[in-house]
Amino acid sequence: MKKLFLGVLTALALAAGGTFAGTLDDVKARGNLLCGVSTGAPGFATIDDSGKDVGFDVDYCRALAAAIFGDPMAVKFVGLTSAVRFTALAAGEVDILARNTTWTYSRDTDLKQTFLGVNYYDGQGFMVKKELGVKSTTELDGATVCIQVGTTTELNLADYFKENGMSYEPVPTADNAESQQQYLAGACDTYTTDASALHGTRVNLEKPDDHLVLPEIISKEPLGPLVRHGDDNWADIGRWVLNALVIAEEKGITKGNIDSWKDTKDAEIHRLLGTGDGDILAMVGLPKNAMYNAIKAGGNYGEIFENNLGATSGINIERGVNASWTKGGILYSPPFR
Amino acid sequence: MTNIAFVRKKEIPPSAPPITEVGLIGWLRQNLFSSWLNAILTVLSVYFIVIMLWDFIPWAYGGHWNTKSLRECLDLDPDVACFSVLAARWKQLLFGLYPAEEYWRPTLTFIFLLLAIVPILFPKFFRFFWFSIIYPGLAVWLLWGGSFWSISIVYIGLTFGTLLFLSLIRRYLKNYMIAAILAFLFTAVFFLFISNPLVALLNVILPISLPFVESLKMGGFTLSLIVGVTGIVASFPIGILLALGRQSNLPVIKMICVGFIEFIRGVPLITLLFVASVLLNYFLPPGTNFDIVLRVVIMVTLFSAAYMAEVIRGGLAGLPLGQHEASASLGLTYWQSQRLIIMPQALKISIPGIVNTFIGLFKDTTLVSIISLRDPVGLASTIRADQKWNGIYWELYVAIGLMFFIFCWGMSQYSQYLERKLKTDK
Repeated sequence: MKKLFLGVLTALALAAGGTFAGTLDDVKARGNLLCGVSTGAPGFATIDDSGKDVGFDVDYCRALAAAIFGDPMAVKFVGLTSAVRFTALAAGEVDILARNTTWTYSRDTDLKQTFLGVNYYDGQGFMVKKELGVKSTTELDGATVCIQVGTTTELNLADYFKENGMSYEPVPTADNAESQQQYLAGACDTYTTDASALHGTRVNLEKPDDHLVLPEIISKEPLGPLVRHGDDNWADIGRWVLNALVIAEEKGITKGNIDSWKDTKDAEIHRLLGTGDGDILAMVGLPKNAMYNAIKAGGNYGEIFENNLGATSGINIERGVNASWTKGGILYSPPFR
Repeated sequence: MTNIAFVRKKEIPPSAPPITEVGLIGWLRQNLFSSWLNAILTVLSVYFIVIMLWDFIPWAYGGHWNTKSLRECLDLDPDVACFSVLAARWKQLLFGLYPAEEYWRPTLTFIFLLLAIVPILFPKFFRFFWFSIIYPGLAVWLLWGGSFWSISIVYIGLTFGTLLFLSLIRRYLKNYMIAAILAFLFTAVFFLFISNPLVALLNVILPISLPFVESLKMGGFTLSLIVGVTGIVASFPIGILLALGRQSNLPVIKMICVGFIEFIRGVPLITLLFVASVLLNYFLPPGTNFDIVLRVVIMVTLFSAAYMAEVIRGGLAGLPLGQHEASASLGLTYWQSQRLIIMPQALKISIPGIVNTFIGLFKDTTLVSIISLRDPVGLASTIRADQKWNGIYWELYVAIGLMFFIFCWGMSQYSQYLERKLKTDK
């Protein structure tokens, strides 16, 4: 009986594995892309007052949908909590997960996922009140720190203070909301979480100018989209749409001027926008103008950043390391050829 | 001996009670200051209520309703509530991501819900019970949409099955078991072979349909009500059957019921929800579209049914054994005695426990936010992720809490009404 049960499970697992090949065909047959995003991460994914999905990760998926269908609206967003995100991807509930997810070794290997690249270099930062007079994390010796328990930020904090020979007193909290309340109530000198979240929080404090996000980032949190193992072509498509957005910024191609590059001498731009002779996108099964559509959807990487995380969004995150390598950042796409 | 100096001939008119025993003062003395301890507790309670309201009333009363973002609220006056978030998002809190032009559908479903529970709650309207029977199908059709006939066909099939069963018993057979099996086989054949072509035919003859709305769009209080009400309605009969099964003399039935109840009660609800949301997808054949809301409703129902069974078992245990014996001595069958003697008394005893379970179930529906469904609590964090409202907490939670309070308080009030009405002993 037990053998039979296991046999059935294996058969189901194999059958399930069978459908994982040819995600692009599945998506095309379905007529829309299923994109897993956060149920609510400031700047990355949320729903606006009119019920529309908006955010940095949302715009990436719209670009991907535009590349496949020529229509940035041909995507269905599935809000996923951090508790169910990986299983939802593995079980095929979504085609791609763009859910401000940190790329780590074990997630890449043990969880059998393929990260497509990094669309945002985040890291753990600290917020302090200006009246404290602290200008750098190295001056935080002996501080009380509000910290979310059970997260990687908690471990990073311990490591960082130990490395620098400093001591701290933790004030444990359940989530960012509680950290913020405790910090404002004066229960801790500083509170720590991902820097992108700190910036978003600071802007909406009663007096934002009384608070300071310290410049140091104490951990690496490279966020990026990911897909299941087992469909390399699908992973390539996702990776190169992301790269195309980065290249577009590097070359100065924007949503507004994208139609004015027909006479450029830059062969890479012709390859990218599909205005040249060759059709290299046929290799992954996309139409010749796929990347043109992707960039046209929400603009290049820089525009998407500005609209969702930068000054236009009200969150006011500086580009910092997320600037193109030509502008002092570390965003660097392999050549499109 | 008889030389009595004074004999009162008339009764003394009753003097007015002491001022400390009547009126406001008397009430205060009796209820709030009857002893030193009570006096101290009263003063402390009043103190705490006052300091809470002292902050809350100006905060809530002066709240902003018309600003465009939290930033605007803070710039105007940071010390009062920013209810603008509710003004901007109340539709989402009520309907989730349901398409705006279809809002009338969940609204109508809710109005019908109120109408459908009236015959169940108040016996004098029992003649409208047919509407309560139609309601579940109507609600599913209104909420999810699609063809009217694919829902009605379920009713048509079940009605035919029931009629067949009844007529078989009346006319030809005396054996319930054979009649039930025949009726079941007929119904199965109907749903396997006849229903689909029939639906297709009806769709051609008289196409009635609403635009389809997928479960992904369900959310807000609509979702809480879908999960909560379905769970409550379905778990009650299942709970009764489980409670009876647990007391049964048939060992197999008893074992199954005990196993089910103990297993479900031994597992946290959130675990069952994770099974529904995550694990089932691995085991079901790929491509199966097993609706997430349906999965959650099933799990919540099973969970609540196990608790309900134990509450009702408590009521059954509260009945003297003599009641069973008396009904048996009257020659009643098992089901007759359950229906006429045992259950009415057992359920009456269990009312507080039953309503307690219902209220608990209704509030537990907020757990679905952990498996990504957009119930009001889940929506609160989604709304906060919009930079315009990032950092808004109290206003949202106060509003959500108030909505839940209205429903739970209503249930509690009904249970008290029912207890008063059914009170036979003084």
